[in-house]
Amino acid sequence: MSRPKIARKSTFIDMTAMCDVAFLLLSFFMLATKFKPDEPVVVVTPASISKVILPDADIMLITVDAKGRVFFSIDNKGIRKALIENVDEWKGLGLTDAEIYQFSIGSSIGAPFNQLKGYLSSTPEARSAYDKTTAGIPTDTSVTNPDNELAMWIRSARNNNPKLRICIKADGEASYPNIQKIIATLAGWKIFKFNLITNLKAVPPGTYASQPAETAAK
Amino acid sequence: MAEIDTSGGGGHKKGGVKKAKKLSTRVDLTPMVDLGFLLITFFIFTTTMSKPKTMEINMPFKDENMKKEEQSKVKESTALTLLLSKDHRVYYYEGMGSDPLNPPKVEVTNFKNPGGIRQVIIDKKAKVDALVRSGALQPTDKTTVLIKPDYNSTYEDFVNIIDEMSINGIQVYAVVDISPVDQEFITLTEAANAGK
Repeated sequence: MSRPKIARKSTFIDMTAMCDVAFLLLSFFMLATKFKPDEPVVVVTPASISKVILPDADIMLITVDAKGRVFFSIDNKGIRKALIENVDEWKGLGLTDAEIYQFSIGSSIGAPFNQLKGYLSSTPEARSAYDKTTAGIPTDTSVTNPDNELAMWIRSARNNNPKLRICIKADGEASYPNIQKIIATLAGWKIFKFNLITNLKAVPPGTYASQPAETAAK
Repeated sequence: MAEIDTSGGGGHKKGGVKKAKKLSTRVDLTPMVDLGFLLITFFIFTTTMSKPKTMEINMPFKDENMKKEEQSKVKESTALTLLLSKDHRVYYYEGMGSDPLNPPKVEVTNFKNPGGIRQVIIDKKAKVDALVRSGALQPTDKTTVLIKPDYNSTYEDFVNIIDEMSINGIQVYAVVDISPVDQEFITLTEAANAGK
């Protein structure tokens, strides 16, 4: 007497295909990714309808947080090194090679010149703690004011790379006089064209900007 | 989970000859898939896919050596002055308020829609267009908006108002420092509105 055999199906699933998909996606993300630059402060930018995309290279970023503190950054590692060497020489900061290296690989700087050496020689933890309490880079409306350190940063950065595009990334809560100081500083160096970093928002319907380009041009 | 399937290809145990068990070459790929997805998750979270958007802004050219005649003139009838103030309020008046004997009528609005500053800009544009059609203004005359953010306004107001310019297709606008006269207008209007 033999029972009819029930073919026992294995629960084992072939994972090869899934593995292929997973690694395909993985390689896509690895190649497409650009790590978020670590920002010293959280900035919530206001929204605008502008769709202009920020270019990748030659950026000078002036960050203003909600309290109006100013941070300064440029993008290229080589230029950062040249910049800090210039500043070091000019202001006589006496930075060591290690500190110069720390600056070139770092991100936005919010320390006044007299605290820059201490800032660069400290540990990353101490630096991020410092960024939370610092008053930011001193600014003023006049570029001739020796206290306007932002003006000096901008000037040396532009000497190193004249193609730099200037971007202001400010928090929506920042009060206007703080922004005005930056704009006045830029105007002092005869820079009248710059970019404001904003989030994207939808174009309100029924307005001029929502019309197709050909009717808007008329 | 990580066992290797050694069951071979079906066991016929009838014959007396002992067959050497064939080791399967199949490897369980589940952990590898796990690892793959773990890394994908990591990259998804750290990546910035959308590039930040920017808004280009041109400030009025300022030069101390510029001669009076070279400075661009704005006609009173095409001008609209917006004063940004605290609590996202916008004070506005037509013209430039340059005549001290005849102070402009200052009104207050906000960024809310409808009925906010957008309507004011649209109305002003229609008015200028009508003037151009009637021949009172040259076709080259365009609505000119002067933006004067005061000390109580925020960066958000500033971005919003410039955004309104592009939303409403205002090609000529300028961000100017606020003058004491304009500051006075705000105080007066505020006082007048408080009495209501």
